[in-house]
Amino acid sequence: MKHDIYSTEGLYKIVEKTDISSTISRHVIYAPLIAAKAKAGHFVILRAKEGGERIPVTLVDWSPENGTITVIIQAIGKSTVQINSFKTGDSFSDVAGPLGTPVEIKKWGTVMGVGGGVGIAELYPIAKAYREAGNRIISVLGARNKDLLILEKEMESISDKVIVTTDDGSAGKKGLVTDAMKELYAAGEKIDAIFTIGPIPMMKFVALTSLPHKTPTFASLNPVMLDGTGMCGGCRVEIGGKPKFACVDGPMFDAHQTNFDQLMKRTAAYREHEKQSLENYQKDHQCRIGLH
Amino acid sequence: MDNKPKKPTPSIKQNHGRHQDPVERRKNFDEVAQGFTLEDALTESARCLNCKNKPCENACPVNVKVPQFVDLLYKEQFGEAASKIYETSLFPAICGRVCPQEKYCEAACVLKDKFGPVSIGRLERFTADYVREHNMVTPPPCAPDTGFKVACVGSGPSSLAVAAELRKLGHAVTVFEALHEFGGVLSYGIPTFRLPRVVVRSEVAMLRKMGVRFLKNVMIGKSITIDELKKDFDMIYIGSGAGLPSPMGAPGEDLVGVYSSNEFLTRVNLMEAFKFPATDTPYYIGRKVVVVGGGNTAMDSARCAQRLGPDNVTLLYRRTREEMPARGEEVENAMEEGIKFEFLTAPLELEGDEKGRLKRVKCIRMQLGEPDASGRRKPVPVKGSEFYIEADSLVVAIGQSPNPVIQQTTKGLAVDKHGCITAEETTGKTSLDGIYAGGDVVRGGATVLLAMKDGKAAAKAIHERLMSGVKA
Repeated sequence: MKHDIYSTEGLYKIVEKTDISSTISRHVIYAPLIAAKAKAGHFVILRAKEGGERIPVTLVDWSPENGTITVIIQAIGKSTVQINSFKTGDSFSDVAGPLGTPVEIKKWGTVMGVGGGVGIAELYPIAKAYREAGNRIISVLGARNKDLLILEKEMESISDKVIVTTDDGSAGKKGLVTDAMKELYAAGEKIDAIFTIGPIPMMKFVALTSLPHKTPTFASLNPVMLDGTGMCGGCRVEIGGKPKFACVDGPMFDAHQTNFDQLMKRTAAYREHEKQSLENYQKDHQCRIGLH
Repeated sequence: MDNKPKKPTPSIKQNHGRHQDPVERRKNFDEVAQGFTLEDALTESARCLNCKNKPCENACPVNVKVPQFVDLLYKEQFGEAASKIYETSLFPAICGRVCPQEKYCEAACVLKDKFGPVSIGRLERFTADYVREHNMVTPPPCAPDTGFKVACVGSGPSSLAVAAELRKLGHAVTVFEALHEFGGVLSYGIPTFRLPRVVVRSEVAMLRKMGVRFLKNVMIGKSITIDELKKDFDMIYIGSGAGLPSPMGAPGEDLVGVYSSNEFLTRVNLMEAFKFPATDTPYYIGRKVVVVGGGNTAMDSARCAQRLGPDNVTLLYRRTREEMPARGEEVENAMEEGIKFEFLTAPLELEGDEKGRLKRVKCIRMQLGEPDASGRRKPVPVKGSEFYIEADSLVVAIGQSPNPVIQQTTKGLAVDKHGCITAEETTGKTSLDGIYAGGDVVRGGATVLLAMKDGKAAAKAIHERLMSGVKA
């Protein structure tokens, strides 16, 4: 079916919502313009409702034929809790995109994808695109526990080798993704490039692990972002000593050039506000439940 | 009322309109300049001499038919007065608020020196507000459909002016906006206490009624490129504004609490962070705020910060009050609201704590030296005059330039050394056939009125080009 990419009819409706774990949900959203233009590494900005904040999230999948895009959201703060309470048939107030600079897809040889937590969802389309471009894919997937491990099957379907690590050993090997990386290097595995998406400390240590081996390594950065169009500079990150805007120049950058410590400090700017907002929301939510 | 005789009473003193009390208004985001009452408007409109040579109309960047609308207003023909303004400008509620009339129509008024000019801006605003509040807005008629399609990139004042003019001429117009709210700088930049959101929304609603299509959440250059748009539209107008913040380049600019004015104003205005946690976007200013800059954006930033209730807001400007590019009225408003001005002062370095949060600003005093390229005397640091100002947050408001994304993704589009799109002033023509541009993306940070003027000029050129029958 051909979709009119300039039509506003039915925009941002959730065609299908599925819960992957207790806190992680998959949303398939009607947004034909984004679906028609999306490439691996692009992100969108979601706004749940009027008055809602702008939430950047990397695209997991898209279908120009169906006019839909897929995102995977982990409920952490008020907005993401609210988004994951949506049901099939509900609509987002806004979905902007595709935004950012897509990842350059080429033949590296062997590409290792290192995903942590919900970052595995964002790694999926990149690994898939590299696989389709003829690369050999090794996926290293990390999670705190089995419940938070997502897309294992999907990653298996596009990888030549998958290694799972969990902090508590409830799935795969007990340990960190960097332990698995070190084992692979020690076993003489030839790795031509690494792409990593996950929590900032994880990405920092992935970069430190690959540095002595001089493996080109790229990390998808997730700073505090506001407009996502290069207008505010709130998402500035330091790459090779120079400021870059994650929203238009990234979000994927050379991990060996990235100042992760500064990113960590800047990401913590609104932690107190986020806590307060979530607490207020949960209080409201419980009160209403209490009335029934 | 139609036959109410016109009795010019020019010698009545000019009514400048009322302002919200400074002590009250620094605690809210409600409009500072309050509108005329009906009585005020009728008395003020009676002062107009209806000059034959219309100096006011000629001085207006968009040539609002001032004597005619003021006369209709005096006769209490409000709908007709509004329609008269619409003939040349579709946005009287916006212009009546943000146009520096003292530089244009009111400067040209013959009553200026003797009794003070007719308060034309206030009357324009009154007319627009009256018809909106009484549901009397009648969109101007549109010519039969021509079958031509035009895309406007951005939904700020310049693009809106193009959309209005071309729709009136019968062309199908689509406006693309990257953000979730239309209006560009009118929505993300200018604070609600100068321009309430309802005003911008109602002007957009009128264009919608005329048949202009508005698409939000599409960033031209990223979501879809100009080259791709060319396949679906006959002509393209780029009015994407000057949305790229200029950093100071001082050490410590990456500390938490340091904002570009774009980020700060977008958080507070567009995202309505001042209502947090009722809205979801937070802001952090702490107890002590410093704003750097001397233009209107610096004034807006300082006045927004003041309304968020810190202990103090200090504005640093490296020259003196005389050289400030901000409108005099905005500087006075800011001073009345308790903002502390440190003239001849420049920040050298920002210092933070172990968590990476801003703590204090190392400053230096300046003195004025020889005139520079802009003709203003150049500020020179005074040796040994360094001192510190404690600050929890700092807003950098020292200028904007165009967002480079469209320029980078459109092959052959000529750009000057400041990153501004090169366009002919009288037509908006760029180096690429069928592509026009105007407003801040060309001027690099000017005014709402000049953006609208560019839009009107480009619309005329686009129309002529479309009707010439030569395909782009």
